[in-house]
Amino acid sequence: MSDTNEQRRQFLKTSVGAAAVAIAPGMLMFDMAHGKTEPVSGKVRWGMLIDTANCADCDKCVKACNKENGLSGGLSPTDSQWIRKVELKDMRTERTLALPMMCQHCEEPPCVDVCPTGASFKRADGIVLVDKHICIGCRYCMMACPYKARSFVHEPLHDQKPDVPRGKGVVESCTMCVQRIDKGLQPACAEACPNKSILFGNLNAPDSEISKKLRTVASTQIRADLGLNTGIRYEGI
Amino acid sequence: MVNHSPLRFKNRIFYAMVAAGGLVVLAGLYSAHMMEVYGHIITGMNNQIVWGMPHVFAIFLIITASGVLNVSSIGSVFNKPAYKARAPLAGLLSISMLAGGLTILMLDLGRPDRVIVAMTHFNLTSVFAWNIFLYSGMFAAVALYLWTMMEKRMKPWSKPAGLLVFVWRFVLTTGTGLIFSFLVARQAYETAILPPMFIVMSFAWGMAVFHIVQSAIYEWNEKLLDPHVQKRMKNLMGILVIAALYFVAAYHLTNLYFARQTEFERFILFNGGVYPLVFWVGYILFGNLLPLLLIFHPALGKTKCVLYASSLIVLGAFSLLYVFIIGGQAFPLSIFPGYEVTSSFGDGAIGHYRPSLPEILLGMGGVGIAFLITTIGVRVLDFAPHEIPKSS
Repeated sequence: MSDTNEQRRQFLKTSVGAAAVAIAPGMLMFDMAHGKTEPVSGKVRWGMLIDTANCADCDKCVKACNKENGLSGGLSPTDSQWIRKVELKDMRTERTLALPMMCQHCEEPPCVDVCPTGASFKRADGIVLVDKHICIGCRYCMMACPYKARSFVHEPLHDQKPDVPRGKGVVESCTMCVQRIDKGLQPACAEACPNKSILFGNLNAPDSEISKKLRTVASTQIRADLGLNTGIRYEGI
Repeated sequence: MVNHSPLRFKNRIFYAMVAAGGLVVLAGLYSAHMMEVYGHIITGMNNQIVWGMPHVFAIFLIITASGVLNVSSIGSVFNKPAYKARAPLAGLLSISMLAGGLTILMLDLGRPDRVIVAMTHFNLTSVFAWNIFLYSGMFAAVALYLWTMMEKRMKPWSKPAGLLVFVWRFVLTTGTGLIFSFLVARQAYETAILPPMFIVMSFAWGMAVFHIVQSAIYEWNEKLLDPHVQKRMKNLMGILVIAALYFVAAYHLTNLYFARQTEFERFILFNGGVYPLVFWVGYILFGNLLPLLLIFHPALGKTKCVLYASSLIVLGAFSLLYVFIIGGQAFPLSIFPGYEVTSSFGDGAIGHYRPSLPEILLGMGGVGIAFLITTIGVRVLDFAPHEIPKSS
């Protein structure tokens, strides 16, 4: 009798153990896939301050973006480029500089205003995104963007990243690596910059590194005249 | 032994015309299918020229769909009998061109399969979303108007329905102009002159298309257009062409006055390669000067001349839209004013665009749809103008 009980206990223990071993990775992966479960807060506004002084002959940010988001890296006019290096030369003084250019994550994004279906939207934390499920591919947002930040997927895609949904026939642009931000990481470009020229942080927190720096250095918004209040700021333009 | 009576002969021509129109529509649908399978890579459009030939065709058809209703508005709202007799044909043309234009726009979408999403998700700050209501409302208003004109019992309602269409077409063309006016950072567009300019252009282009169709119907029925009516209609068309030219001139001249816009104007009007050529030769010469000569020269202005003038006005319309839509995008965005800019994404560079066959066929397919609806409509229903005996 006691022998039977012993066996039953053993069986139960083994079963529970096996079940735990079977379920645990799934739970872990579910957590990983879904990141933080609490909703995005409007108290945060993510932004970047890009110091152009140290941005020179290097495209590590572009490469890191392509790798993180599964972009081909092709440079034809029909290829997607979420971030690009722009070379500038002042026409009067001949001063030259270079900087990375991407979606400026405007507070008043024209792409969101013009999108007929609401596929272009701004998250509560200021990140401007495209909902790939309701974008109909009309490209009106590309016409409206003052920064040429958006790309249209002209060809069928293969080998996409599970965290970065993309699709033929829809519009896409820099997501500020939202999949990384939601895990508490920095955008790939900011992490990859060898000169730490891309400072990422919360513009709404007075004591964040980015806010402190913005208080002390002269920074510019590109096409500030448009009044869009961009989330990406530049130093040295 | 006459086997081929004129009627049978005409029947054959009718079926041949329907077959030809159907083939064009099929070619357009096939192009759309190819674009769906391979993506927009098979078109000339890219990340800089995001709207191309399909949009030139679609916007021509949509603007003209509103303009062609001039004839019915003058008839119903302003009570001119000569125009009233032509109102049903104008209504039919409007519906058919609107259908053609919207089909092009829909099939050019990156995801045409999601058209149901466009019907169920509305972003009310988007002029595109407003236009979905304006275009479907236009169909309904014109259909109602046609019903009041063609059904005897509804005749008393024809004037209010005509007034509704009159108001609606103004709002609709305003909405089409606003698509461009609302683009905050494009030097070619961001101006409030575009909606009124589109409205006046619609008047001129609508009259031209109406003339072409009317001439074809009269030729078909071996009737002669009353010279009095012809004279009034061609004079009106001439005045509308001048009015549209005035708006285009005002648009470019104000731009030339602003230092920040002069580079853009120099590109469009002088050194932009194909665009100045199409503007000066296609729009100014063929679309304005020659038609005005054909219309107003004392020795000209007869039936054939008016038909040629109308065809040239349509050619000019396509030229202007090509320069406006594609040339407007080819000029680079001014992201860093005062700087020379280069990048891997075409910053600071003129965008390259070569229209591809599939997108031209898609555009032609839209014209084919408008042609088919009109041809069949005129044949099966009573849309042809019935001349009211001249009172004066």
